[in-house]
Amino acid sequence: MTEMLLAIDGLTKAYPGVVANDDVSFRVAPGEVHALLGENGAGKSTLVKMIYGLVKPDAGQMSLHGAPFAPATPHAARAGGVAMVFQHFSLFEALNVAENVALGMEDPPKLRDLAARIRQVSEDYGLPLDPSRLVGDLSAGERQRVEIVRCLLQDPKLLIMDEPTSVLTPQEVDILFETLRKLSSEGTAILYISHKLEEIRALCDGATILRRGKVVASCDPREKTARELAEMMVGAVLTPPERAGRAPGAVALEVEGLSVASPNAFGTSLKQVSFTVQAGEILGIAGVAGNGQDELLAALSGELKAPRDAVRIGGAAAGHLGPVARRRLGLVAAPEERLGHAAVPDMSLVENAVLSGWLRRGLAKGGFINWTLSRAFAEEIVENFDVRTPGTHVAARALSGGNLQKFVIGREISQQPEVIVVNQPTWGVDASAAAAIRQALLDRAAGGAAVVAISQDLDELLEISDRFAALNEGRLTAPRPAQGLTVDEIGLMMGGAHGMEVAHV
Amino acid sequence: MIRLVRRPMPSRGWALATPLLAVLLTMIAGGLLFAALGKDPLVAIRTIFWDPIMGKNAFYYRSQLPVKAAPLVLIATGLALGFRAGIWNIGAEGQYIVGALCGAAVGLGFYPAEGWYIFPLMVIAGALGGFLWAMIPALLRVTFGTSEILVSLMLVYVAENLLASMALGAMKNPDGFGFPGSRNLSQYPAAANLEIWPGTGIHWGVIAALIAVICAYVVLARHLLGFQIKVTGLAPRAARFAGVDPKRLIVICLGVSGALAGLAGMFEVSGPSGIVSIDFNVGYGFTAIIVAFLGRLHPVGILLAALLMALTYIGGGIAEGQLGLPSAAILAFQGMLLFFLLALDVLTNFSIRLGSGQTRGGV
Repeated sequence: MTEMLLAIDGLTKAYPGVVANDDVSFRVAPGEVHALLGENGAGKSTLVKMIYGLVKPDAGQMSLHGAPFAPATPHAARAGGVAMVFQHFSLFEALNVAENVALGMEDPPKLRDLAARIRQVSEDYGLPLDPSRLVGDLSAGERQRVEIVRCLLQDPKLLIMDEPTSVLTPQEVDILFETLRKLSSEGTAILYISHKLEEIRALCDGATILRRGKVVASCDPREKTARELAEMMVGAVLTPPERAGRAPGAVALEVEGLSVASPNAFGTSLKQVSFTVQAGEILGIAGVAGNGQDELLAALSGELKAPRDAVRIGGAAAGHLGPVARRRLGLVAAPEERLGHAAVPDMSLVENAVLSGWLRRGLAKGGFINWTLSRAFAEEIVENFDVRTPGTHVAARALSGGNLQKFVIGREISQQPEVIVVNQPTWGVDASAAAAIRQALLDRAAGGAAVVAISQDLDELLEISDRFAALNEGRLTAPRPAQGLTVDEIGLMMGGAHGMEVAHV
Repeated sequence: MIRLVRRPMPSRGWALATPLLAVLLTMIAGGLLFAALGKDPLVAIRTIFWDPIMGKNAFYYRSQLPVKAAPLVLIATGLALGFRAGIWNIGAEGQYIVGALCGAAVGLGFYPAEGWYIFPLMVIAGALGGFLWAMIPALLRVTFGTSEILVSLMLVYVAENLLASMALGAMKNPDGFGFPGSRNLSQYPAAANLEIWPGTGIHWGVIAALIAVICAYVVLARHLLGFQIKVTGLAPRAARFAGVDPKRLIVICLGVSGALAGLAGMFEVSGPSGIVSIDFNVGYGFTAIIVAFLGRLHPVGILLAALLMALTYIGGGIAEGQLGLPSAAILAFQGMLLFFLLALDVLTNFSIRLGSGQTRGGV
C-alpha cells in the first residue's frame, strides 16, 4: 500500500444541539481524486473546514504525509500544502484578477511578476486567464478559475473543492475536469465535495459517504450506479416524482420582448425575453448563476417594473404593476434567497406567512391583520409541507435551509395561484425535502397552475419541466420540449463554454 | 477570552431588562461624574430621581412630569415608526419649531376674537406645519435620493432662524414695549392650551400624546402599515418582495413623525411656554431620539421612557438650583443613558461565552 497523503482518524466536532462530525475516518492517497458525498447537513463542510484550519476538532487526529497535522488557522493549513476553493467566491468585483490574487497572498510579489505567473500557471493547466481583467466583468466560470489559479500558485499537495460545478455549464465542467485530472496525474490529491453523482462517477477514484455526521460507506464510485450512490447518501430508497400527463390549457403567463436593466452595478440586464406558459405546464429555465435569473424573477414578481404589455398574467397587462397587484391577478413568486428576500429572518413563521399571503388568503380586512387566521395559515403550511419546526412562533432564521424553503414554497403554493414563479426551488435543500418540493410543484401544475421554474440544477429541470429554455447573459433561448433533450444540447443552450478556451492538456 | 455568540432568536428577557440595567449603570456612572464635580453622588442622584416625585415640593414637580413628558412622547412615537423602518428623521426639533410657529400664527391671527373653533384650527395648523417641514427631506429623498438624516438635521437650523425672525419680527407682540417675543397665547382663552384638571399638569397635549401611543400601538401590532414598517426595517428586500413601496413608506413615516412633532410644538407654544420666543425650543426634538430608543421603539416603552426622561429634566433642574450642578452635567447624564442602552443592546441578540475561541489555540 502506498503512503497516504492525508489520514483522518476519529474526527469529531459537536455544535450546541448537533454533532456535525461523529468519529469520521478516511484516507486520501497522493494524486487521488476523492469524493466527499452527502446531503446538505451531512457534515461535509465542517469536515473540510477542520482540514483547512477554520474549525478546531473536539476529538480525533489528522496526519499529512504521515506527520501529525492540526492546523490552527487556514494560514497553517496552506503552509502544510492544503488549498481550498470555496463554493462562494471571495473576490472583489471592482479589482482585476491579479489584484484579487495578490490580496489572498501573505507575501505577494510585484503585480507585474504576479501577472506573468498567473498567465503561466493558468495556461499550464488549461484555464487561460487574463490577469488584467476586472473580476466584475468575468463569468462565474472564469471567476472560479481565478480562485483555482490562486490555489495553484501555492503548489498545493491537497486541493479541496467545495461544490465547484454548481456555477458551470456542462461544457465548462468538462474543461474543469481536464484540469483536475492533470493535477491528479502530477500527484496533487483532490478532495471533491459534491452531491452530483454522475460527476463523481466520472471524476473520482474513491468516495467517502457521510450521513448525519457519520461515515456510512466508502466505495469506488466508478463501480456503483448513481442510484446506488444516492441511496447510500440518503439512507432510503428514493422514489422519483410522479407526473400525470395532462394537456396544457390556456396561456396563463405571456412575456413579450421583456427588457429591464438590472438594479445592481454588476447584475445582468434582461434583453428581449419572450415566452409563454400555459396552465398546467412547467417551463424550466436553466442557466449558470448570474445570467439574469434574479432579474427575471424580480421582473415577473413585480419587484422590477417593466413596460405595460411586456408581462401579461391571464391576458391582463401587468408589466407596470407591483407585486401586490400581480398577486391579485394570480401570480405568486418564490425568490432564490430565502433569508432576507423570500422571508424575514427575525420574524416568526406566522408573520412570514402574512408577508406574501395576506392578500390571496384574506388575512387582512380593512388593513387590519387577523392574527388568528394568519396563525392558522402558518400552521396549515407547516402541516401540509412537513416543515420541521417547534412551532409557528419561531423566527425564520432558526429553521434549517430545507425547512424554510419548504415553508416558502408551501406559502406560495397554498394561495391557489394561477402562475407560480420559483428561482432555485431546491437550492441547499436535502434530497427528501427537494423531492417533496418538486412533487408539490408538479401537483400544483396538474391542478391547473402555470409554473416557471428557474434553476441551475439541470437534473431537476429535466425531471419536472414540460418545456425547457436557458438564460444566457440576460437573453432567453426559444423554449423547446424537454423530452429528448440531451445534456450537450442543453449545455449549448446555456452558452456552451462561454468562449472560454478549452483545456489543451 | 470573551466571545459573543449570536442567539438563534432575540432574547425577550434581555430586551426588557436592558433599559433597566442601562438606567442603573447611568446612575452609577453619573454618580461618579457628580462626585468628580465635588458633589455628593447620593444626594445628587436622590435630587434627580427622588425629590421630584416624593420630595418636599413634589406637589408642584409632579404636575410638571406630564407637561415635560407629553412632547417627548408625541415626538418619539412618530420617530419610532420611521426608525423601525430604517427611515431616520433626525430633525424633529425643526418640525417642532415650525409646528409651533404655524399653530401660533393661526392663534395670533385671530387675536382677539373668541370662538371654539380657534384652538382646533391651531391644532390642525401645527400638525400641518410639522408635516410640511418633514416633507422637504421626504420629497428630496424619494426624488433625488438625498440623505434624510442630513437634510432633516440641517432644516433644524433653518427652523431656528425662522423662529428668531418670527419672534423678533412678524410675530412680535405689538403691545410688548419692543421686547422680543409674541403675545402670550396661554393668556388668550380661545387659543390657550390650559390644564384640563387644575393641578395635574394634564393639558390637551398630554391627551394627544396618549392617543398617539394607542394609535401607534394598534398600527404596529395589527395593521398592515405597521407590518410593512417592521418588514422594511428588518429586511428591505423582503419588503419589496411583499409589495411594499419604499417611497410611499418614506413619505408616510416622515410625514407622521413631522406632524406629531408639529403638534408637540403647537401644544407647547399655546400652553406651558405660551410665547413664541427666540429660545422657545429646548431640545425636545433631540431628546425624543433618546426616548424612542430607550423605549425600544415600542409605544408603551416610549411612554415610560419619556416619563423617566422628564424626570431627569425636572430633577436636573432642581439639582442645578439646589446643588449648583452645571446643566451640561445633566445633558451628559442623559447621553450616558443612551450610551449604556445601545451598548447593552448587544445582549439582546448575542450571548456572552467565556473560554477559548474555535480557531485559536490547538496544536
